[in-house]
Amino acid sequence: MFDTLSDRLTATLQNLRGKGRLSDADIDATAREIRIALLEADVALPVVKEFIAQIKQRAKGAEVHQALNPAQQVIKIVNEELVGILGGETRRLNLAKNPPTVIMLAGLQGAGKTTLAGKLARFLRGQQHTPLLVACDLQRPNAVTQLQVVGERAEVPVFAPHPGVTSDDETVTGDPVAVAKQAIEEANHAQHDIVIVDTAGRLGVDEELMRQAANIRDAVQPDEVLFVVDAMIGQDAVNTAEAFRDGVGFTGVVLTKLDGDARGGAALSVRQVTGQPILFASNGEKLEDFDAFHPDRMASRILGMGDMLSLIEQA
Amino acid sequence: AKSRSAFGQSVLGLLGAGDLDEDSWTDIEDTLLVADLGAANASEIVENLRAALVAKGVRTADGARAALREVLVDALHPKMDRAVRALPHEVDGAKQPAVVLVAGVNGTGKTTTTGKLARVLVADGRQVLLGAADTFRAAAADQLQTWADRVGARVVRGKEGADPASVAFDAVKSGAEAGTDAVLVDTAGRLHTKTGLMDELGKVKRVVEKRAKVDEVLLVLDATTGQNGLAQARVFAEVVDVTGIVLTKLDGTAKGGIVFQVQRELGVPVKLVGLGEGPDDLAPFEPTAFVDALLS
Ligand SMILES: Nc1nc2c(ncn2[C@@H]2O[C@H](COP(=O)(O)OP(=O)(O)OP(=O)(O)O)[C@@H](O)[C@H]2O)c(=O)[nH]1
Ligand SMILES: Nc1nc2c(ncn2[C@@H]2O[C@H](COP(=O)(O)OP(=O)(O)OP(=O)(O)O)[C@@H](O)[C@H]2O)c(=O)[nH]1
Ligand SMILES: [Mg+2]
Ligand SMILES: [Mg+2]
Repeated sequence: MFDTLSDRLTATLQNLRGKGRLSDADIDATAREIRIALLEADVALPVVKEFIAQIKQRAKGAEVHQALNPAQQVIKIVNEELVGILGGETRRLNLAKNPPTVIMLAGLQGAGKTTLAGKLARFLRGQQHTPLLVACDLQRPNAVTQLQVVGERAEVPVFAPHPGVTSDDETVTGDPVAVAKQAIEEANHAQHDIVIVDTAGRLGVDEELMRQAANIRDAVQPDEVLFVVDAMIGQDAVNTAEAFRDGVGFTGVVLTKLDGDARGGAALSVRQVTGQPILFASNGEKLEDFDAFHPDRMASRILGMGDMLSLIEQA
Repeated sequence: AKSRSAFGQSVLGLLGAGDLDEDSWTDIEDTLLVADLGAANASEIVENLRAALVAKGVRTADGARAALREVLVDALHPKMDRAVRALPHEVDGAKQPAVVLVAGVNGTGKTTTTGKLARVLVADGRQVLLGAADTFRAAAADQLQTWADRVGARVVRGKEGADPASVAFDAVKSGAEAGTDAVLVDTAGRLHTKTGLMDELGKVKRVVEKRAKVDEVLLVLDATTGQNGLAQARVFAEVVDVTGIVLTKLDGTAKGGIVFQVQRELGVPVKLVGLGEGPDDLAPFEPTAFVDALLS
């Protein structure tokens, strides 16, 4: 019935203007609405519960401001908390003191790793770096071919000593760990200051492939392991983030497919559960569709209200 | 956390016949929420369960569990026709291949599903042709080609950047002329919010229909998808009249609960599930097995 959280809260709290303080009943009603909004935005349930408890705490002490209506007041609190979790400690890519800097990508199948590899390569080349793309997905049909095309588009060389699964070779014989190892030698030899390692998609529950990812990590000693996650993911975000944290360990997160209309609650879940910062937002299929992550925009998006916040700023 | 313990094992506290204690209700609702059923849908299921418990005068935890299972299976409309229409038919005395269009947002598993479905048909002794109508993504046609070689199907592909509708048309034409049994058309991933790309998909279907009837339009949904899955399904259904859902990546920890809402709102059944990356990892959708996995 109500599209945005602000509409809902306005309806819940409409008789409240200027009452001074929110009553416990008001706070409970408000908490229910926020809970639903967060669940609809795909924030994971345990994270929602924790978050709501926090909001209740703050709302209890909060004065209902004369200038704002109570709904806006609560939204302001919710927004501040969201930005706090999403934002805290935003940072850029860690570059190694002694090049090459190694960036390894990991994530579920189809999350957008290979596309991101191209985006990162293009972005870093634009900053006068000399990246090398490395094809360590020897499993998905033509993953290596895909990375080669992506590298061509990014005008960045691709290290692909093994063709992976193609029409010519159906059976996987290549060893991604060996490829990763050789790639570092190649980078030293050809003086690439950044190495970007594309890996196969894998499920958190696939122990064998998780071990392979850890072996690739050990072989290249990455400065960054980026967990690539689809913004459309639902409640499974927590299981998956935990599995990758425990299986490979990641130092940063990239959210993909933000050009759609998914609310992207996973951003909050992953950040809250793993504590790792979100570095980039991927928002399209083309290599230039790529941006730094903006916690404030993400908070508004999760709440489903772009301009409400600017209204609050003015109030 | 309680919500992640196996629901089958969790202790349901009964408050006499027909009702449960508050913790049990919370437990049940949490189980549904973490399976991506969505807040509104989950509370509706809980209400249905309340009614069922009262109506049946349920007195044991096992009885309550069985009732929940039943309510969930019912919500999946177990009687829907889930047959995939991928067999040839006669038109004016001439054999026409079945035409299947595969669509969905980026990375859900369309190309893989196309390959797996071809495998099933080839194993049944059918001749299959794959149309590589993803002319956009890097190496998309190569990927489909590899699948075709793997399962023993033929491919019709265009140049990179070619018009996907004309590639699809050529595939269907070639399949019809060669007396092929089924033509499976793999399309590029596209977000439902991109009107230009959705128009393009509509055109693919319209152009194919100039040559042959499209028997099946499969929408491929990724089981890890949350509430956005419903928005995807709505728009795809509007543009290409989806006739079946394929739920992929059910081999992971995601439960795929979004299909409850999708089936109900679209009236379109989930027909197939993807259970891995290999050629044989495709299975028919079975409501009871799906619900059992959701509750385990
Ligand atoms: N709309 C949109 N599509 C994207 C984005 N990032 C990637 N894609 C698309 O998502 C699909 C999957 O992307 P890939 O880069 O192949 O994903 P991957 O993680 O490498 O997949 P696997 O190697 O199979 O695990 C492709 O169709 C990409 O074009 C994005 O930010 N927006
Ligand atoms: N675990 C698992 N992986 C799957 C399944 N189906 C597909 N995949 C993987 O998901 C990734 C994406 O699959 P594709 O078939 O390329 O997806 P797509 O929808 O064609 O992607 P685009 O054409 O880029 O939009 C690949 O790594 C597949 O191997 C499945 O049922 N289970
Ligand atoms: Mg890839
Ligand atoms: Mg594809």
